[in-house]
Amino acid sequence: MELFQKTAAELSELLEKKEISAVELTQDVLARTKAVDGTVGAYITVSEESALAQAEAVDRKRAAGESLSALAGIPVAIKDNICTKGTRTTCASKMLHNFVPPYNATVVDKLAAHDVVMTGKVNMDEFAMGSSCENSAMQLTRNPHNPDRVPGGSSGGSAAVVAAGEVPLALGSDTGGSIRQPASFCGVVGLKPTYGAVSRYGLIAFASSLDQIGPFARTIEDTAMLLDAITGYDPAHDSTSVQTPFEGSVRANLNPDMKGKKIGLPKEYFGAGISDEVKKAVLAAADQYKAMGAEVFEISLPLVDYALPVYYILSSAEASSNLARFDGVKYGYRTPNAGDDLIDLYVKSRSEGFGEEVQRRIMLGTYVLSSGYYDAYYKKARAAQRKIKAEFAGAFEQCDLILTPVAPTTAYEIGSKTTDPLEMYAGDICTVSVNIAGLPGLVQPCGFDANQMPIGMQLIGRPFGEQTLLNAGLAFEQASGLKNRIAAL
Amino acid sequence: MKYEAVIGLEVHAELSTKSKIFCACSTQFGAPINTHTCPVCTGMPGALPVLNREVVHYAAKMGLATGCTVNRLCKSDRKNYFYPDLPKAYQISQFDVPICENGEVFFYVDGEKKSCRLERIHFEEDAGKLLHDEIDGTVVDFNRCGVPLIEMVTRPDLHSSAEAKEFLEMIKTTLSYLDICDCKMEEGSIRCDINVSIRPEGSNELGTRVEMKNVNTFSGAVRAIDYEIARQIDVVEHGGTIQQETRRWDDVKLKNTVMRTKEDAQDYRYFPDPDLIAVEIDDEWMQKIESEIPELPISRYERYLNEYGMTAMEARQLMDSFAKATMLDQAAASGKIKPKAAANWILSDVSKYLNDKGVELEQTKLTAQKLVDLIVLIDGGTISGAAGKKVLTQLFETDETAEQIVERLGLKQVSDEGAILAIVQDVLAKNEKAVADFKAGKNVTGFLVGQCMKASRGQGNPQIINKLLAQELAKL
Repeated sequence: MELFQKTAAELSELLEKKEISAVELTQDVLARTKAVDGTVGAYITVSEESALAQAEAVDRKRAAGESLSALAGIPVAIKDNICTKGTRTTCASKMLHNFVPPYNATVVDKLAAHDVVMTGKVNMDEFAMGSSCENSAMQLTRNPHNPDRVPGGSSGGSAAVVAAGEVPLALGSDTGGSIRQPASFCGVVGLKPTYGAVSRYGLIAFASSLDQIGPFARTIEDTAMLLDAITGYDPAHDSTSVQTPFEGSVRANLNPDMKGKKIGLPKEYFGAGISDEVKKAVLAAADQYKAMGAEVFEISLPLVDYALPVYYILSSAEASSNLARFDGVKYGYRTPNAGDDLIDLYVKSRSEGFGEEVQRRIMLGTYVLSSGYYDAYYKKARAAQRKIKAEFAGAFEQCDLILTPVAPTTAYEIGSKTTDPLEMYAGDICTVSVNIAGLPGLVQPCGFDANQMPIGMQLIGRPFGEQTLLNAGLAFEQASGLKNRIAAL
Repeated sequence: MKYEAVIGLEVHAELSTKSKIFCACSTQFGAPINTHTCPVCTGMPGALPVLNREVVHYAAKMGLATGCTVNRLCKSDRKNYFYPDLPKAYQISQFDVPICENGEVFFYVDGEKKSCRLERIHFEEDAGKLLHDEIDGTVVDFNRCGVPLIEMVTRPDLHSSAEAKEFLEMIKTTLSYLDICDCKMEEGSIRCDINVSIRPEGSNELGTRVEMKNVNTFSGAVRAIDYEIARQIDVVEHGGTIQQETRRWDDVKLKNTVMRTKEDAQDYRYFPDPDLIAVEIDDEWMQKIESEIPELPISRYERYLNEYGMTAMEARQLMDSFAKATMLDQAAASGKIKPKAAANWILSDVSKYLNDKGVELEQTKLTAQKLVDLIVLIDGGTISGAAGKKVLTQLFETDETAEQIVERLGLKQVSDEGAILAIVQDVLAKNEKAVADFKAGKNVTGFLVGQCMKASRGQGNPQIINKLLAQELAKL
């Protein structure tokens, strides 16, 4: 077995025993990237030099007998909307094609403190708006399991880079399913933590009240490892960050015992629009849980019907304000075509710098916040959000976990949905409620369709129920054997 | 027709917190451009605000001092608009729930007590500053960006530029009493927008209002209001109607010009800032804020008028300075002196010293205790008033007590009648010509008193010298 095929936990052990060096490991994954990323197209920026320098530093520390984190020397790729000091951070947009942040996101500082080797920045839908990575202004990313298909989005680069064996771990961000849906499409594990569990400082905002950074990996244990490194209360930098009960201890407390655990299957998530293959695979997983001693029963979450409009109103409203700072004045793209007129500078810089989908969301968001429409759209969506939250809280009085599909289908062909934005939005139906309610959601592979494309399932937990989620994930992973599958490239 | 002006103000005051409202950068004025900046206050992608609790504290203080209701749950909202001095393209402010509401400010205009209601006080961040340069073009300085402001919005209760000026002065004095703003007008610490409308005298209806921006001094506010009232009357008298618009005041050309009309009014698309959670002022915090409110300036003013028997001018001068008024009250509280005596010292010699040296009272070593001691020494005849002035200049600069200074400078007044009689007799013996003049009916008392003072090296008690000299001359 090649090094790039191993899990982070296995690599951590080899590094600790000094059977391999961090430099060897880094060279190995960089070689894998050289071999396959021409096809996959995950990386926007490969930080070869700094990655090797970090690896050398880790090896020196280890040689000097320093006590190191389990993640020391493990390669991690980072979604290109998370600020990395001195390394270009583009949000896959022409608008930020040349933006080099002067500071690190909190998660990046945390990873650096764990002596992680950061291999580079990976592709995404522009400003995290999209579900297929096709909205990237930088490049096309392909699904490693079938290069004609999309990797999902918006964190398509993070999912693809892990599925392709280019790194064992990656960071993504999830506003309406942007970690979970690509994890499902690429057959890897992805976790959207509870809102507030991971500091958002340095994550270039799409929708501040929904955005959350989270881990990608090929096993549950690796997911827990990365989660442990990035969670943490950050009161100095993020007012919405909170102290979690599990900080840094999820991996150590993993326990796959499912006896007596109650799992709800919301019938509305298995309705029309969800493909039969997906339904079948997720229901088969439910049966596995039953066999492990869990209580599995049907529940009802009827408000899911409102989830998409609520999500698109709230996220677009916040985005219209969050993306206003990209005005051609301070950083990023500035039109060469404006004269001395300030309004002209704004209009042209923004029209030329933002892609079509981003402009669509900015206009939608501006509209719903406008005087005369605010009450009918934004305020109403907020009220609906409270109801959706309450509905989940009610469901969690009956059950410990909720099991659902992730997306209506498996990964579709590149270009097949780009003409109709509404059809693309409809694909988010199973994931957006989790963000609206601020809950943690775990996605992991649970089967394959007729074309051997991965099918994922989603487990939703109570606020700060990450331990319970990953315990259940581990139980299924052990029972199904579906883990650490690297695409044959 | 006679008209009445109706005026409302929006007053912005920069709060004197050490750090900015949403980051740890310094608020200090006058630093080299873009040196008090960080990713947060320059609106870098991904940077997030964290509310400085001192801002809440200061804003609530102003609310309590102006009789407002303080809302315990402080939320923040985004005001969205594009301008190069606003790096996020939105200003974090407060929209539907300001921290303070429904207050009232009292003040005197020509001896008459007036009031102006406050609709609200909210906190927000200041924008940066555009510096226009012929060589470099326009440069944005973000040092001021994120400096905390409170905006105080009045009801339209003011009716003249004089009332507006006294209201503004009272706001400034209150801010300085609370120690929440450095009140440096030349640094733009207090700025205001002015809403003016006119109506026929006796009418209760509100006319169409015009907003004026770019007013940077209180005297400028007076000029701007007088100009705008006259302009509106002129328009109406000539058969025109007032347009709802925003006008820019030019304090050099002494006129205003249209900035934007009602049609250009911006939609700021306010919505709750999702990056900030509401901050709650709990009971303990509220009590701390309440405990920091000193006696308010208007109350002091009225006390000085009614209890200390001061003139309106004296009372006003004392009220205007928190340090001076506090010294007066502390001196009066000693019970050893007449408050009026302390007030006289503070308003004359103390103020003169501070003006001459260009220092603030707090920067000197003078204390209320030292001032009381000095007045007691004069009242008791230990030193003369003239010597007292000498002692005072020392009190500002040394740690010595008044007694120690009197001792050191040998200023103790001689009141011993035997000793003074000897001096008087000696002076009379040595000044035969004056004695002859006296006998011829000339008034030589002043000269002889001067000689006696000189002989006593200035320490003789002048009253006793006068008395004994008269007595000795009478014997001649």
